[in-house]
Amino acid sequence: MKQGKQSWLFQNGVYINDTATVSGPKEKQGPLGSTFDYSYEKLHCDGKTWEQAEQNLLSKATNLCMEKSGVREDALDLIVSGDLLNQNVTSNYVARNYSSSMLCVFGACSTSMESLAIASSLINSQDNQFALAATSSHYATAERQFRYPTEYGGQKPGTTTSTVTGAGAALVSSQTSHIQVEGATIGQVIDYGANDPLDMGSAMAPAATNTIIQHLTDFNRQVHDYDLILTGDLSSVGTPILKKILYQSGVDIETVHDDCGLMIYHQDQKIFAGGSGCASSALVTYGHVIQQLRSGNLNRVLVVATGALLNPTMIQQKESIPCIAHGVVLKRSDAI
Amino acid sequence: MITKDNYQQSIKPYQPKPKLVQNCIKAFVVGGLICVVGQGLTILYMELFGFTAKEAGNPTITTLILIAAILTGFGVYDKLGQFAGAGSAVPVTGFANSIASAALEHKSEGLVLGVATNMFKLAGSVIVFGTVAAYIVGLIRFTAQTLLGS
Repeated sequence: MKQGKQSWLFQNGVYINDTATVSGPKEKQGPLGSTFDYSYEKLHCDGKTWEQAEQNLLSKATNLCMEKSGVREDALDLIVSGDLLNQNVTSNYVARNYSSSMLCVFGACSTSMESLAIASSLINSQDNQFALAATSSHYATAERQFRYPTEYGGQKPGTTTSTVTGAGAALVSSQTSHIQVEGATIGQVIDYGANDPLDMGSAMAPAATNTIIQHLTDFNRQVHDYDLILTGDLSSVGTPILKKILYQSGVDIETVHDDCGLMIYHQDQKIFAGGSGCASSALVTYGHVIQQLRSGNLNRVLVVATGALLNPTMIQQKESIPCIAHGVVLKRSDAI
Repeated sequence: MITKDNYQQSIKPYQPKPKLVQNCIKAFVVGGLICVVGQGLTILYMELFGFTAKEAGNPTITTLILIAAILTGFGVYDKLGQFAGAGSAVPVTGFANSIASAALEHKSEGLVLGVATNMFKLAGSVIVFGTVAAYIVGLIRFTAQTLLGS
């Protein structure tokens, strides 16, 4: 049901039954490497092309998630999936292998939480029994679509983020588990005029700010109601901007905030300002965060996945970058 | 106070500044070294084949292009580019890298629509403006020569 201006409260009980995470080699070497279900040793991920590589990541993640949950494929009502590539090719090509309904979504890097929010809402409506929320991104497919050929020797500035290679999937249903999806806040498209495609942290910070403030207002909550407020990929540039704007608005998240893009790599992994891409928030949330909720180290987490709705043609036409952020509340449940 | 109206200005302290002096020095050193290699090749061709300095120019450039294309294929040139910036982008090797990297990138779409169509994606603008600039300079020189009658 609608909660406040932009939020949904899943009052009928929506749960994440299982998740699966699949990463590339660089992510495996990062601090959260041991939390992933599977990691490919090479960036090609057993594919002949980069696009096939990304499909292999997503396909592996959705298959693993279904396997882990034990839910038969014909019982799956719906897949809600999206990625960064034109026409969402990764998601649509992977969905060819399933006999379920498919809802394709695009929210740039916010797709992880957008797909989870939509899947949860459709479970909460009690029209569907099982839904799979999934997303992926790949360094090389994103580079070639949004920026330059991977081997091009142009110098990147320190504000650049590095697209995370990986995929994450979550099976959502009304069957109780330790992880409850309590609610979601659907973001507005926010544009503060940032127009540098190599500095998406700065562009996305206002969108994340807007969603976090709206979330706290809609649910009438305080920052201390959360053990962790996680943003998707604001990087080392966008993170301090987010904190500063929130602080000015009377919201201090310093002690509970972390950014997936800063958690996924070691600082010496040459990733500039941090990780980005749909898989940044998907890998951290569906791996590390879910494990922490299960073990009881965390009780309530707000994941705010941030997306720069970037289009190279619009940038060449001197337009700015509109951004969006979607928040989902994950709560440890003892209902099981 | 950070607001929508002053956003671009007020977030500047959070954006890492490009290290201009350091980048200039790196570009100077690497760019210079590439030219030293080029000079070495010229001398080599002059000594080995008895070319004049002018005749040795073309084989020198071709060899540099070959080296840059091979380094691009082995995944080295982009790392050099990140280190050296303009130092490795401005010489002919940077031009070769822009063509070789685009050709490699689009190999997956086939030889015609992939490699051939896309290989000048980045270098095309250099060729266009290079040709236009050469035409204009040539025109000025021709006009000046005609008017001055020399």
